[in-house]
Amino acid sequence: MKKVQFKSSYSQYLFLAPQLGILLIFLYWPIIQTFRDAFTMQDAFGFGAQFVWFDNFLFIFDDPAYFIAFKFTIIYSFVITLITGSIGLLLAVQANNVMHGKSTYKTLLIWPYAIAPAVVGVMANYFFSERFGLLYHLFHELWGFNWYESVFDSYIYVIIAGSWKQISANFIFFLAGLQAIQKSVIEASMIDCKNSFRRFWTITFPLLMPTTFFLIIINITYAFFDTFGIIDTTTIGAPSGETRTLVYKAYMDGFRGLDLGSAGAQSIMMMLIVLVITIFQFRYIEGKIHYN
Amino acid sequence: MTRFITSSFSHLILLIGILIMVVPVWMIFASSTHTSSMINMNGLQMFLGDSFYENYLRVLLYQGGFFKEITALKMFFNSFIMATGVAILSVVTSLMAAYALVYYRIKHATLLFWIIFITILVPLELRIFPTYSVMAELNLVNSYFGLIVPISASAIATLFFRQFYKTVPDELLESAKLDGANTWRFFVDFLIPLSKTMIVAMLIFMFVFGYNQYLWPLLVTTSEQYWTVVMGLKMMSGSIVHRFAFVMMSMVPPILIIIVLQKHFIKGVFQDK
Repeated sequence: MKKVQFKSSYSQYLFLAPQLGILLIFLYWPIIQTFRDAFTMQDAFGFGAQFVWFDNFLFIFDDPAYFIAFKFTIIYSFVITLITGSIGLLLAVQANNVMHGKSTYKTLLIWPYAIAPAVVGVMANYFFSERFGLLYHLFHELWGFNWYESVFDSYIYVIIAGSWKQISANFIFFLAGLQAIQKSVIEASMIDCKNSFRRFWTITFPLLMPTTFFLIIINITYAFFDTFGIIDTTTIGAPSGETRTLVYKAYMDGFRGLDLGSAGAQSIMMMLIVLVITIFQFRYIEGKIHYN
Repeated sequence: MTRFITSSFSHLILLIGILIMVVPVWMIFASSTHTSSMINMNGLQMFLGDSFYENYLRVLLYQGGFFKEITALKMFFNSFIMATGVAILSVVTSLMAAYALVYYRIKHATLLFWIIFITILVPLELRIFPTYSVMAELNLVNSYFGLIVPISASAIATLFFRQFYKTVPDELLESAKLDGANTWRFFVDFLIPLSKTMIVAMLIFMFVFGYNQYLWPLLVTTSEQYWTVVMGLKMMSGSIVHRFAFVMMSMVPPILIIIVLQKHFIKGVFQDK
């Protein structure tokens, strides 16, 4: 906090009011309704709602489709984080290495970040279409790829579609992280360790830990929430619900099935997951990394 | 010699990375300049055809949608209004809120801090139906207001501005006070000019964020008059080359903004001088 501050009885609230107002009406009010939905059940005609304690939660735990979506979401976030993180890091290290053309490379690798996930999904669609999709035919030649029927193949489809643009985000943040490392540290390490491969893993990579953990959170959040547009424009859950994320399933149950109680309960489950990840990040990871 | 080999290796890896990014987009673009029968017979194309004007003009001006009431041009207009609205509203409210949090001694400051920042953990996707029913109750479905405001309910920019204000030296306020500046003057004449880079970066970030929204516009616009580009991709009918052309045009605005304003964006987000 600042040592010198303003003291006033009201003007700070004038500055806070616009944001607080928007958050209260368009965020807190809906969240309260989410809780209300999750603990009530609409009758079949939509005339009334009854308080049912944890019934909606018990129903989703009884639903095999929920666990299929849960499993897919975990696998999807893990694989996307791994793929986009390692490719992003590899490209950032190379871009940081080169003497000439650094900013050109940066420009040429940064732009996919700006494309909407839904647009990426529509594009991926063309490369995985049975009619003229290049990747569809390539993979089909290799091992009989068919995402309409094989769960594994549909995973490959949505993983490629989901990873493509996220490589850019990882690249930007890793490059910034690399450039923030002080020259003197690198120079000193060059004297101590001649092997550049070992130097990277023992000196540079540990210094990148804050960036790495930040990106893990960013990538998991992306895989959880932003991929809605990708799933909705590629597999739509094909073969039969195996490529639905938790967000996608909650939306479909609420929108198609008109089951707001279940959608509410599923939303609260996801809030809990996000909360656990965040606490984990603050508790265990923040304490264990070195900032220079 | 080793230097040369390692640097050639770096260039090679980077080149492969760029190809992975550029080739898919290029192929859709090249294919969008051909005729549909060409695509249906020969698949995606690597080289340009000669139906560019024909395809793109048709997509821009064609009356699409279920009721044939909207053109792609109108969708671009809607997307532009929505993205600009989200950018300005969220950045202005965040600038002000962060100012109050850093420059005032507030009662219950910790509580206020958490009320604002815990919202980052609850993205719109988690409260989408209740948000819709709030909008319906307030009679805001099918309006620009309805498209913009729930997306602007975000404290991400507040977090960035707060971090930035904390790095501003205390002496600035002291000298401003000596000059007789009140709180409003200090905010407008001193702090905002100083935060220019950060403001531009956040405007870009929120513009792209608003432009790329898919699920919310899908739910909150039942009237075609308010369709945006990104959601329109799923709604528009047309032959395959027209779809290609629409996809290509839909990605131009955010990419252009990121490339042109790249330096400001990176400077602001990473705070390097």
